[in-house]
Amino acid sequence: MRYTKMLLTAVSLLMILAFVAACGGGQTAAPAAQPAQKPAAVQPTTAPAVQPTQAAAQKPAAGAKKLEIFSWWTNGGEATGLEKMYGIYKQKNAGVEIVNATVAGGAGTNAKTVLKTRLQGGQPPDSWQVHAGKELTSYVDAGQMQPLTAFFKEQGYDKVMPKLLLDQITYKNEIWSVPVNIHRSNVLWYNKKVFAANNLQPPKTLDDFFKVADALKAKGVTPLAVGGKDKFENGHLFESVLLATYGPDDYAKLFAPGTKWDDAKLTQAIDTMKKMLGYANSDRSALGWADAAQLVLDGKAGMTIMGDWAHGYFLSKNAKPDVDYGWAAAPGTDGVFLWLSDSFGLAKGAPNPDQAKAWLMVCGSKEGQDAFNPAKGSIPARTDADKSLYDVYLKYSIDSFGANKLAPSIVHGAAAPEPYMVAYGNALEVFSSDLDTKTVKQALTDAGKEIK
Amino acid sequence: MEATRPVSRSTPRPTSRPAYRLTRDRVTALLMLAPSVVAIGVFVYGFIAWTGFVSLTQWSGILANLRFNGLENYVSIFNTGRFQTDIRNTVVFTTLFVVLTLLLGFVLAVLVDQRVRGETIFRSIYLFPMSLSFIVTGVAMAWVFTPGNWQNGDPTGINLLFKQMGLGWFQSGWITDASIWPGGGWFPDWSRTRIGLPLAMLPVVAAATWQMSGFTMAMYLAGLRAIPDEMREAARVDGATEWQVIRYIILPQLTPVTLSAIIVLGHVSLKIFDLIMTMTGGGPGNATDVPGIYMYEITFKANKVAEGAAVAMVMLVLVALVIVPYLISNMRNAQEG
Repeated sequence: MRYTKMLLTAVSLLMILAFVAACGGGQTAAPAAQPAQKPAAVQPTTAPAVQPTQAAAQKPAAGAKKLEIFSWWTNGGEATGLEKMYGIYKQKNAGVEIVNATVAGGAGTNAKTVLKTRLQGGQPPDSWQVHAGKELTSYVDAGQMQPLTAFFKEQGYDKVMPKLLLDQITYKNEIWSVPVNIHRSNVLWYNKKVFAANNLQPPKTLDDFFKVADALKAKGVTPLAVGGKDKFENGHLFESVLLATYGPDDYAKLFAPGTKWDDAKLTQAIDTMKKMLGYANSDRSALGWADAAQLVLDGKAGMTIMGDWAHGYFLSKNAKPDVDYGWAAAPGTDGVFLWLSDSFGLAKGAPNPDQAKAWLMVCGSKEGQDAFNPAKGSIPARTDADKSLYDVYLKYSIDSFGANKLAPSIVHGAAAPEPYMVAYGNALEVFSSDLDTKTVKQALTDAGKEIK
Repeated sequence: MEATRPVSRSTPRPTSRPAYRLTRDRVTALLMLAPSVVAIGVFVYGFIAWTGFVSLTQWSGILANLRFNGLENYVSIFNTGRFQTDIRNTVVFTTLFVVLTLLLGFVLAVLVDQRVRGETIFRSIYLFPMSLSFIVTGVAMAWVFTPGNWQNGDPTGINLLFKQMGLGWFQSGWITDASIWPGGGWFPDWSRTRIGLPLAMLPVVAAATWQMSGFTMAMYLAGLRAIPDEMREAARVDGATEWQVIRYIILPQLTPVTLSAIIVLGHVSLKIFDLIMTMTGGGPGNATDVPGIYMYEITFKANKVAEGAAVAMVMLVLVALVIVPYLISNMRNAQEG
């Protein structure tokens, strides 16, 4: 008996010691122990369990040159493109080891969560992926990024990228990130065979759109395919409607701090959206944007308004561009390019600032952009790209980008800060389900207060 | 809670309370308990306190801003239409889910308790859904309940099944049906959400019930087996019908089991996140949105950490409303016993 008790005492003492040691040993113990005992309320600041180990593994060893790039490009063409840019970087900067810190999933949401935890812990990667434009204002406001205006001048980017683009990514009189690619949001994709069979032309204006929609409806084809499962599709559609209603100049003014978001044009845009949704599939809340694109490809729906990643989706389904499907600017937005862009910034307190700047030079170079973009299925932010590298749609897109007026996308981070994006996106998803014009206007007015 | 109980039980209780002596026994016990007490103290209660504190600050952005903000965040979320909708949905979901799961679990338990042949097989079949994660259930049930273009004769999922069985009039919008029962809901001036039952919630309740009713069946089965056969026999001898046996003998004996089941199911449903995230993503609109999803979105997507913490605290209070009375009655029983 006595012996057993002594043994027990010894074991429990050991346990306590081990526990104290684990606590003192570093942060690794905390997240590892926590999930098992998670309280009723989920701790918002909790890091995913992978984070500390990752950070620990990536601490630069003394002497070796390193560069840590953080992104959510983990598969498909974007990962291929990223590898190609790494290849160019390695050619020019021999001996630097690239740490490719990617976090998959959630269209970047998971990656951003990990990134924010790292920034809070004072362990920034050298450079991270961020949508160019207002989405990065939260990082700038938190003092996490270095201004790059001087770098842009030095590298001559201000001469090869459109002035309107540079204006629209300027915040607090500085440029904060190097745009690697450009995607277009306001594209109308249509089934060419269905259109040809019914003698239809892709609609140029909103009035045309409703005429075409009526014609398709009469033939028993769903005129407009809309998604909603990925929680951005309705906001995506509405930004094209906003652009068509306001025109590029007034549209840009919507995102100036202090704009009220309650004028008559907003009501008009909401009414147009409601009318459009009347021509859309009723199961939209259960479909993702890709499902909606598939409806068009299958000829079950005539049109869909989606960003040009839909082109990548069509290609992956072995559809032929300009034969199976065609494209045009979203109705009422001809001559305007509603853009969004992935970019890389420079962390304040980057562990390897020289290597990081060399990385940004690759990101901004013609060579880097022409390596990345054909693989990703987007176009370069530079206007001097080698067009022969790009396919038929991307050539059209490059031409439009050079010739059109530019307007920033809302749902993809170019026009407005993150709190606005969440409120706007939710307002439109609700509207898509209940079509209540009064509630959505109120919600948009409330959301507008987030633009500060 | 559970961890501290053995101490008080293991010490015999004489009628007059003796002075607490630090025997070797007790020291050992305390030392054995210390690690888990410290761990729970830090990682559960410490973080609850921290969340509570954050919910009173102005933290909105990537870096912490711990300036005091009073109850502003709570005022703000309760005035948000989406959060009001979330509370409505939580009430609807919890009520339907708990009631249906209890009923179904009880019926299954009574059926399995009939000493049928192959009882273990039935028991396993009913229990198996519980071994899935809610993520799996959510993805699979989303496929089942995606309606397709059923109005124009092109259904998918369960609608296709109904059509092929010749039960076309059973087809419906399921998880895409944004309507509110009854009659579009009640929309008073003081509310920013329609009060009623969102129909899209029903498939979600069905999925959750399918998954958890095996669990209540197991609990009820254990409870049923604990009722001595003599009591039923006695009732039958007295001329009670089978229904009366269930109503007056079995059900009252199962009250503690029901209570435990309500606690377990209640806290699962008040915190539900993964099932809804994968099955509907909160849609259509906010018809199946819950506080957990809202908290996730405003904290990690909109960077409003303080408001997210406030939502977390509201969820904690909701769960506490269910669990604390149970704990109190438990403690009372332990003291009396």
